[in-house]
Amino acid sequence: MGDKTDIRQGTLALMVLKTLETMGALHGYGIARRIEQTSGDQLSLNYGTLYPALLKLEQEGAISSEWGTSENNRKAKFYKLTRTGKKQLEHEAREWEQANAILARFLSPAEEG
Amino acid sequence: MRGLRAFWMRLRGLLGAGHDEAELEAELESHLQMHIDDNLRAGMTPKEARRDAVIRLGGMEQTRQAYRERQTLPWMDTLGQDVRFGLRTLGKSPAFTLVAVLTLALGIGANTAIFSIVNGVLLNPLPFPHPEQLVILHESKQNFEFGSVSYPNFQDWRKDNRTFSSMAVSRGYYFSLIGTGVAEQLDGEHITSDFFETLGVAPILGRTFTRAEERPGAGPVVLISEGVWRRKFGGTLDVLGKSITLEGRNYTIIGVIPAKFHLAVWSVRSADVYVPMGQWNNPGLNERGAGLGMRAVARLKPGVSLEQANADMARVTGNLAAAYPDVNKGIQAKLVPLKEQMVGDVRPFLLVLSVAVGFVLLIACVNVASLMLARSTGRMREFAVRTALGASRRRIVRQLLTESLLLAIAAGALGLLLAVSGTHAGLKLLPEALPRADEIGLDLRVLLFTTAISLLAGTLFGLAPALKSSQADPQTALKEGGRGASGIRHRAQSVFVITEMAMALVLLIGAGLMVRSLARLWSVDPGFNPRNVLTFGYTLPPSMINGNPDTIRAAYRSFDDQLAATPGVEAVSQSWGGLPMEGEDDTLFWLDGHPKPANTNGMNGTIIYNVGPDYLRVMGIQLRRGRFFTAHDEEKAPYVGVIDDVFADKYFPGQDPIGKRIVLDGDDRKLEIVGVVSHVKQFGLDADDTQPLRVQLYTAWMQTPDDFTRLAPSGIDEVVRYKGDLGSVMDAIRRTVGQMSNEQMIYNPGTMESAISDSLAERRFAMVLLAVFAVLSLLLASVGIYGVIAYVVGQRTQEIGIRMALGAQRKDVLRLMLWEGMRLALMGIGTGIATALALTRLMTKMLYGVSATDPLTFLGVAVVLMLVAVTACYVPARRATRIDPMRALRAE
Repeated sequence: MGDKTDIRQGTLALMVLKTLETMGALHGYGIARRIEQTSGDQLSLNYGTLYPALLKLEQEGAISSEWGTSENNRKAKFYKLTRTGKKQLEHEAREWEQANAILARFLSPAEEG
Repeated sequence: MRGLRAFWMRLRGLLGAGHDEAELEAELESHLQMHIDDNLRAGMTPKEARRDAVIRLGGMEQTRQAYRERQTLPWMDTLGQDVRFGLRTLGKSPAFTLVAVLTLALGIGANTAIFSIVNGVLLNPLPFPHPEQLVILHESKQNFEFGSVSYPNFQDWRKDNRTFSSMAVSRGYYFSLIGTGVAEQLDGEHITSDFFETLGVAPILGRTFTRAEERPGAGPVVLISEGVWRRKFGGTLDVLGKSITLEGRNYTIIGVIPAKFHLAVWSVRSADVYVPMGQWNNPGLNERGAGLGMRAVARLKPGVSLEQANADMARVTGNLAAAYPDVNKGIQAKLVPLKEQMVGDVRPFLLVLSVAVGFVLLIACVNVASLMLARSTGRMREFAVRTALGASRRRIVRQLLTESLLLAIAAGALGLLLAVSGTHAGLKLLPEALPRADEIGLDLRVLLFTTAISLLAGTLFGLAPALKSSQADPQTALKEGGRGASGIRHRAQSVFVITEMAMALVLLIGAGLMVRSLARLWSVDPGFNPRNVLTFGYTLPPSMINGNPDTIRAAYRSFDDQLAATPGVEAVSQSWGGLPMEGEDDTLFWLDGHPKPANTNGMNGTIIYNVGPDYLRVMGIQLRRGRFFTAHDEEKAPYVGVIDDVFADKYFPGQDPIGKRIVLDGDDRKLEIVGVVSHVKQFGLDADDTQPLRVQLYTAWMQTPDDFTRLAPSGIDEVVRYKGDLGSVMDAIRRTVGQMSNEQMIYNPGTMESAISDSLAERRFAMVLLAVFAVLSLLLASVGIYGVIAYVVGQRTQEIGIRMALGAQRKDVLRLMLWEGMRLALMGIGTGIATALALTRLMTKMLYGVSATDPLTFLGVAVVLMLVAVTACYVPARRATRIDPMRALRAE
């Protein structure tokens, strides 16, 4: 797999799910831009890696897709969160926060996580 | 769940459903467009905008690849590719594929069949509840280690023992069933009350006998088999209480025995009808010293060992010997577990067979290994090319494994067919005495095991060179022209061929020894001329049983006259008691002039034949001295006997036995010896010499004591010397009998020749199977050695070309190549002879008149193997001589 990004596979999936929850239906390019913006342009996403991740999520039933028209009247494939995806997002977000909190306590006891 | 769903989607993707690549292309295109639009809005030039968008998207091809892999199941995809590719490569070398599949199938099939049978016979339990508790009891006495149990002794055994939960004795009997029309012969058994309880067989209808019904004089009752029930009574439920007429007496049916009960061990057998022992009107039944061919079957109490039972029976027989010293002194009970009794005889034979078939499997494995090795080495260049083009080592190994698996699947399927038909064929040839033959099926575990073993061998040796080549720098392999590990490979293959040759030799020697034994046996003089002799049982009308002896004798005389007048019949004689190879009867005697011994232990034993005057003519036995019986040796004439030369040498050494007298036990008349005849191999061509009881006495049938003559109408044997066609003579005899009355009949017709050949059946079966395996292994070994030489020729084409260019003659090349093969064959033969010397000892029991290390067999077989090897090498060696030096050199 072309793995040039700094983002791990599972993390990317979580970001995609969260983005879709916040933004509603969105196309691949939009998701990529949104992730970059959200990260305060600190993340440099290799856009290409997004598509296999989207396919995986779709196969797992977390998202569904359909063709539509973009804000600029371009033909684009829109992804949106399914019910399964919402549950998955909640579950993974909680896990992520817990793991983060634990790790934070380890790394910097001074800073309260 | 998530994973499962994804797997399903990907599986669908694999089959072409779901997203396709065009959709990804469209999506990526739309992504680029949107990105370019944004960039343009941000003020880039169109060219910059596009460039930036493409860069940020990253490697398109990698994205596509990742997407594709995610879309389907890549390993499944590769598997499909491997299978398709494997089938194609195997199809491209049909000879290799055919030989490999056939070899494997033969190994798998033969092994599975043989081991299924061996397992079924030797290891399976008998189809009775707690079969390990069942034993057969014999009376061991002076002349017979496994002698007949007398009914009075049995009754005391049954009463006095403490270690058996039940015990029964039985004796076969042919009943004539007389209804309307032609009389029918029924196979019967006289049994004691606990016969079926002991075996644990329950009647499907009705009940078995009580002890009271067993006694003489009780009302006649009968148990019939399910077969008779269905055939004669239409399987109706009201059969109980009906009667059946056996030998003119009406027996009341009280039970039906299931058809699945099948047994034949000594006298303990399944039959058509079972009547209580007490119904047998044989005067010997109540004689303690009588040998009526009965054996007992008994069930040990739970937890009782054979040793305990032996000790218990030693006590019982000891008491009996003290109580009846005149007949029971020295008589002991001999206990043999039922299973042992049934499979004891075939065990060595089945074990030899297992070893043989194991060898065939080994050879098959070696051959396949050798083939795979040759093949994958031949393909080293191919692997090198693929490695150079980027195939990983894992990928190549997987490819090879797939090919092996494909071979194994084909071979396994074919092997299964072979195994099924082989098991059936083998079971048909097995001795009938093994009752579980119908139940032995294909052993699937064995099938899996042999398939796995042969597969493993093939895979292992197929992989080794491939691993080596993929490890090596592909450049070197390519430069070497595909001859990378040829040295190692050649050595390994040579070892294989030597092993194959050695094993084939061992099998050939085994088969050779069997052939020699049989040839020896066939040339043994049986002491009589079995050609054109037929035998059959004959009964007079049942009303004559226990009738007037004079009437009976008159009936037999008349029967003899009519039989002798039948076209095709040359000579006729009664035969009551023993018949060579088929059954024996013995009696005790003492020499006249000596006092009567105090007990039977002091008496001498002899085999006894009760025959008519023409017996010698019928059987073609040589008269040595004196005379044989004439028609004048009848009931009123002096009692005479004829002995064989073994008898004469043993009891009258250096004397003329003519005129000497002996006294038979249980008969107060003195018997005068009037002639000496040649010894007959009573116990079979092979076994007779080692029997303890070999002396033979002939008495005249018309001089039989009256109380025995009274029993004769229930069936005695007739022997007939005939000329012309056996079938038409037999038909003529049947017509003769039919004209007399429809109450008498003949049964069990057979020929003396088939009796002899039956006595050798087991050996012959072993020989045929060993020979089949030997030929099979020889074939496989030839293929093996052919393969090696063909490979060597292929590898050394260049060298041969150079040699020939330098002036070597074609015959030099031929010699060089042949020598290569002969060297291997010689080493194989050396190894094989050493192995055979150690192994053939195992089959000593099955040999006759030939040592297990017979030099002639060893030498002969070695020569045969050598010839086959040379022939196998000749084909590729000749190809070497046809190498055109110019072309061979240019080819590089």
